[in-house]
Amino acid sequence: MKPEEIQKIAEIEHDMRMAYKYRIKVCCSSGCIPFGAQKLLKAFEDAVKELGLQNVCKVARTGCVGTCSVAPVVLIDPGNHLYQNVKPEDAKRIVQEHVVNGRILEEFVYKNEAYFSKQYRLVLRNAGKIDPLRIEDYISVGGYSALAKALTQMTPEQVIYEVTVSGLRGRGGAGFPTGQKWNFVAKSTAKPKYVVANLDEGDPGVFANRTLAEADPHAIIEGMTIAAYAVGAEKGYIYIRSEYPLAIQTLKKAIEQAKSYGLIGDNILGSTFNFDIELRLGAGAFVAGEETAILSSIEGLRATPRPRPPYPAVSGLWGKPTLINNVETLANVPLIILNGGAWFSKIGTPKCTGTKCFSLTGKVRNPGLIEVPMGITLKEVVYEIGGGVPEGRKFKAVLVGGPSGGCLPESMLSLPIDYESLTQAGAIMGSGGIVVIDDESCIVDTARFFIDFCMDESCGKCVPCRAGLPKVREILDKIMVGEGTEEDLKVLEELSYLIKDASLCGLGQTAPNPVLTTLNYFKKEYLSHILDGKCPAGKCNIKRMEVVKK
Amino acid sequence: MTKNIYSNRLPVVQQLREANELSEYPKTVSDKRIILIDKTIAAYGYRRDALLEKLHVAQNIYGYLEKKILLHISEKLKIPPSQVYGVATFYNYFKLKKPGSHAITFCLGTACYVKGAEEILSAVEREFNVKRGETSADGKISIFVTRCVGACAMAPNVIIDDEMIGKATKETVLDKIRSLL
Ligand SMILES: Cc1cc2nc3c(=O)[nH]c(=O)nc-3n(C[C@H](O)[C@H](O)[C@H](O)COP(=O)(O)O)c2cc1C
Ligand code: FES
Repeated sequence: MKPEEIQKIAEIEHDMRMAYKYRIKVCCSSGCIPFGAQKLLKAFEDAVKELGLQNVCKVARTGCVGTCSVAPVVLIDPGNHLYQNVKPEDAKRIVQEHVVNGRILEEFVYKNEAYFSKQYRLVLRNAGKIDPLRIEDYISVGGYSALAKALTQMTPEQVIYEVTVSGLRGRGGAGFPTGQKWNFVAKSTAKPKYVVANLDEGDPGVFANRTLAEADPHAIIEGMTIAAYAVGAEKGYIYIRSEYPLAIQTLKKAIEQAKSYGLIGDNILGSTFNFDIELRLGAGAFVAGEETAILSSIEGLRATPRPRPPYPAVSGLWGKPTLINNVETLANVPLIILNGGAWFSKIGTPKCTGTKCFSLTGKVRNPGLIEVPMGITLKEVVYEIGGGVPEGRKFKAVLVGGPSGGCLPESMLSLPIDYESLTQAGAIMGSGGIVVIDDESCIVDTARFFIDFCMDESCGKCVPCRAGLPKVREILDKIMVGEGTEEDLKVLEELSYLIKDASLCGLGQTAPNPVLTTLNYFKKEYLSHILDGKCPAGKCNIKRMEVVKK
Repeated sequence: MTKNIYSNRLPVVQQLREANELSEYPKTVSDKRIILIDKTIAAYGYRRDALLEKLHVAQNIYGYLEKKILLHISEKLKIPPSQVYGVATFYNYFKLKKPGSHAITFCLGTACYVKGAEEILSAVEREFNVKRGETSADGKISIFVTRCVGACAMAPNVIIDDEMIGKATKETVLDKIRSLL
């Protein structure tokens, strides 16, 4: 395939789409499928056939629009009308009313404008727009033109320059400047080089990467291929967790399609550049998402981290230079190449450019997947997009950054979301989990839940993490049954800092965050367990006071 | 499935010993399904790094990773059994014990936990007398625990034999399981 052909396919596809007056798109992501999305797709196809509208109305699948709490959802173009909680038996009525009579069925319409108005969809630009299983759909919205531009008009150095100017930082958690990382790998002289796209997404309660892979797999492949061109790699791996069967299927298909179009493989778009992508499955290990553990896992070993340096950029897969990026980071790349780094750098804040996807869950009215510009405040996310906690309950805390993130109270809600602010507050960006808890949840229990998770997932290689976390858990357990002392809180804090400082990888280095932030912001609740023998949430089973009373 | 890192330390050594007694294998194999595994191994060009992929295929075919299968893979790829075993036990996704006829999987990810998944799980454990990670005495149900199935907006989620129950309550889950037995 030649670069000009991409443009041609895009035009043909566009004309074909416009030939239909109405386009019905059924969300077929993991959020909607368990609630009957596939049956719904079939029901709409049947309804259109039955009413003889095949030439007027096109029915297709699409990716997640983010309103997963009202699944399954259907979008109708033109006008982008979002229908919620649609059942297969409603399909015919909707087609009849909307398409034939031109009347919108108010009872199904998603009315919460606020959910979308604060969002900025960059990475998820095509989610809800295209059919993820058709590469032609991706091409028709400008897909692969960034790859063509990079290969035909830019040198690898220029590509890295644009990414550096854009200010893009890693979305996998640590926020390392992407351009700088690419530069390190490009400068390494050893060959061959590898690119690894990280789709392990082990944070329990986060599904942003999965949604991206299911809604727009080619954005990942295109970004990865541009990255490979920039650093000089010929082989790439997408490491995906096995709990995501639909994302795996979607990516597999996308890789095949890209290969058959000559967009990956040998002599891409007629150039001398070769790049091949292979899919690798994880197997339920959180630590495997860590950048050195992922290398071990791809090599077929236990996913235990390796000490750094040497960094993967110098010595990664099989000792060769390896670029590891999160898939969300990579999906930003085509936009940066097309629109320029300077354009990207104007989105978000000066130090944290662009957007970030968040899984907003827990006790909020509108849970779902959102994408917001960096620098937006937690308050806007929780109250304006999320709609606040449901009627009758009281907001208690927001957990930001997954199991090794922080637990922030109401007073911190004005905090802007960017790497530095979150770290300063004791939380982390992590992979983008925002979980809201209300007065029904006990703070000590929440901290213990996260410690429990990190303890289970510790690979056992280094002592502070392997032996320290169970000790932390023991103390929390003690507090939860009312046997804790004030002295315990001191030990808890000391131990937490010790684990943070002495652990080998990011897992241990961040695991105590929930304990430290809750001790910092919610000490009262700990003391209430210890001194008054009371759990403010009424969750813990405190024995001691009863014994004393008797 | 969650495993305490301590709880799977010792058994590895023990089971390895048992595994050695079986080292006659695979000359004695007569299972046709093994051909599918061999095909996968060949498709990956006997590459040792794709070990996880092969374990996935084996688990898909057999439902769990029997010792003789692990030994077979070890033999074919020329990887020491200790290493194959080490990898299989490291990753939570791989099951080394035969599961019951119905699999009840509870999501205990953050979103589901916050929405009360633990209470539902305890109720199921009590009513059917099975602990998490184990199979009932009659071999009818196994309870698994996983961390986030990626449908957090519908939390709490419980998967019963491939069917996902979103916004689950104690009643819906208990009723569903009762109807299976
Ligand atoms: C315990 C642990 C788990 C991690 N899990 C993931 C993950 O699931 N996905 C991810 O992209 N990065 C994960 N990371 C971060 C990676 O180590 C690495 O920083 C990232 O993939 C680099 O890509 P980026 O620069 O694009 O962010 C994890 C780190 C740690 C310490
Ligand atoms: S936490 Fe249960 S589905 Fe994500």
